[in-house]
Amino acid sequence: MNIAVVLKQVPDLVEGLEIDVSGKAVDPSSVRYILSESDDHALEEALIIKEHVGGRVEVFSLDTGEAKEAMVTALAKGADHAVMVNAGLDSAPDNHTAAQVFASIFRDKRFDLILTGVRAIDDMDGSLGGLIAGFLDLPYVGLIRKVQVEAGGTTLIEKEYPGGCAAELAVTPPAVLGIQAAERPPRYVPITRLRQMMKTASVEELLVAPATLQPIGVVRLFKPEEGAGAVMLTGSLEAISQQVIGLIAERHLLR
Amino acid sequence: MNNDIVVVAEHFRGQLNEITFELLGKGREVAKGLGGKLIVLLLGQDLRGFISELGGADVVLAADGQEFREFTPDIYSSLIGSKLKETSPRLVLLGSTSAGLDLLGLLSGRCAFPCIDSCVRLEAKDSGLIATSQVYGGKVFVEVALPAETTLVAVVPGSFDPAAGRIKGNPQVQALATPPDMPASRVAFRKLIEPPPGDVDITIAPMLVGVGRGIQNADNLSLAEELAAALGGAVCASRPVIDQGWLPLTRQVGKSGMRVKPKLYLAFGISGAPEHLEGMKQSEMIIAVNTDPNAPIFSAAHYGVVADALDLLPALTEEIHKTSMKKAS
Repeated sequence: MNIAVVLKQVPDLVEGLEIDVSGKAVDPSSVRYILSESDDHALEEALIIKEHVGGRVEVFSLDTGEAKEAMVTALAKGADHAVMVNAGLDSAPDNHTAAQVFASIFRDKRFDLILTGVRAIDDMDGSLGGLIAGFLDLPYVGLIRKVQVEAGGTTLIEKEYPGGCAAELAVTPPAVLGIQAAERPPRYVPITRLRQMMKTASVEELLVAPATLQPIGVVRLFKPEEGAGAVMLTGSLEAISQQVIGLIAERHLLR
Repeated sequence: MNNDIVVVAEHFRGQLNEITFELLGKGREVAKGLGGKLIVLLLGQDLRGFISELGGADVVLAADGQEFREFTPDIYSSLIGSKLKETSPRLVLLGSTSAGLDLLGLLSGRCAFPCIDSCVRLEAKDSGLIATSQVYGGKVFVEVALPAETTLVAVVPGSFDPAAGRIKGNPQVQALATPPDMPASRVAFRKLIEPPPGDVDITIAPMLVGVGRGIQNADNLSLAEELAAALGGAVCASRPVIDQGWLPLTRQVGKSGMRVKPKLYLAFGISGAPEHLEGMKQSEMIIAVNTDPNAPIFSAAHYGVVADALDLLPALTEEIHKTSMKKAS
């Protein structure tokens, strides 16, 4: 089974996040980029499928100046090949632009399964996987927590529904799958191994035509008002605890 | 393009989902403002029972058949896409849900309709439509002017008032016919998987101690268990804790997990991503504890504490024990 995994960099929310002077985008200098969490799960699920049925895992990422470490990490985890896609972009584009670029690659370079993380924290124009599938007229299913490839290639997946339910669906490849969670937590690469790989690993550079789609018309970005809605409790831990207990007792909830 | 508004209805186990009524209420308001019709697309099997609940719609287009019995994104998007291309409505409202998000990307990619995701607000302004999306885990809102063409908008459940869409009536019903050239589905429904029976039903617990990433590791869960025991409540969690395998799926609160409405929800080390808030924001009292004063959880909480969950959890448990000892003596 030949599997492509699309990896995307997103701001690390643990760090600050500032809006730039135009008021229409996040200031890239205010953020540290990390691999989107569900993409990490997509990679893990691809590696699990390879362990079960064999095949090849190739990772793809747009070259926006932040993706090298994620690509090398993927190779260290067991991906067979890494492709950095240069579409002339300085910063992360919207998903339509990214999907158009990836669709142009996957139109020529065929895979049985294309895995993406189901959602990234900066998605605002649809999921990347769904858009790629839409552009290529491939089937797509998102919010997946398990993938199992049967003999003959039919792929059984578990798609999450609310309330802890899931649907088991059978998909005929080629298909695009949006992964929510891998069957087990993503594997870990020791930092020493990663440092070593950063020097030696080979990542293919692929030059492609820039996307032609118009991005959506952002009017402005704004942050929610700090602590809006919540009454903030302050003081020592003991004092705060007493205030919390007071609130619980007021509602006759204390045993 | 016309000024009609289309709502893609969702149902599960013989009931229309709450999001459908939220979309109907908002869709009705927007359709009235633009002078268009409100049209519901309803796919499934044995749909007759739903019609009278869709009284807010002017027209219900129903595809009733075995092949639509369960949601599968391939065939649903084919049929919906062909109808949208034929009718060119102004706006298409979907849920930002498991099914809705599959359709959003597929329809946008296949039919070249622009789309907006994670919408929490939608209003008519200066003859245009403005949608507000919540991104970056709820830390930033983005206002987008919808382009003047058929646009898809996926709405986060809980954003609009469902009461505005719960209108009994007899809307006009038309059959949504399958086009003769519609390709066969490449995705087949096999079965519904129920969650494994849980030790605790968090949907009926009156008090919940919710934990998130801030709990740091599985060993620290005992701190939450002790507080829950002292309160007579149960421990639940946001997605990252479940994905790590620290707690079973039955304890997950949020989009893929349970929707809870306890008398008290204590959130420890939960940042408050929209996916989590969706499952707990209707709790009667929410007290949130987080080290980050900008954490979005504070905008959903009634009371907030900027502190490390690992410090406050044992302190609070101890105070409760002290208080109950005082009561007993």
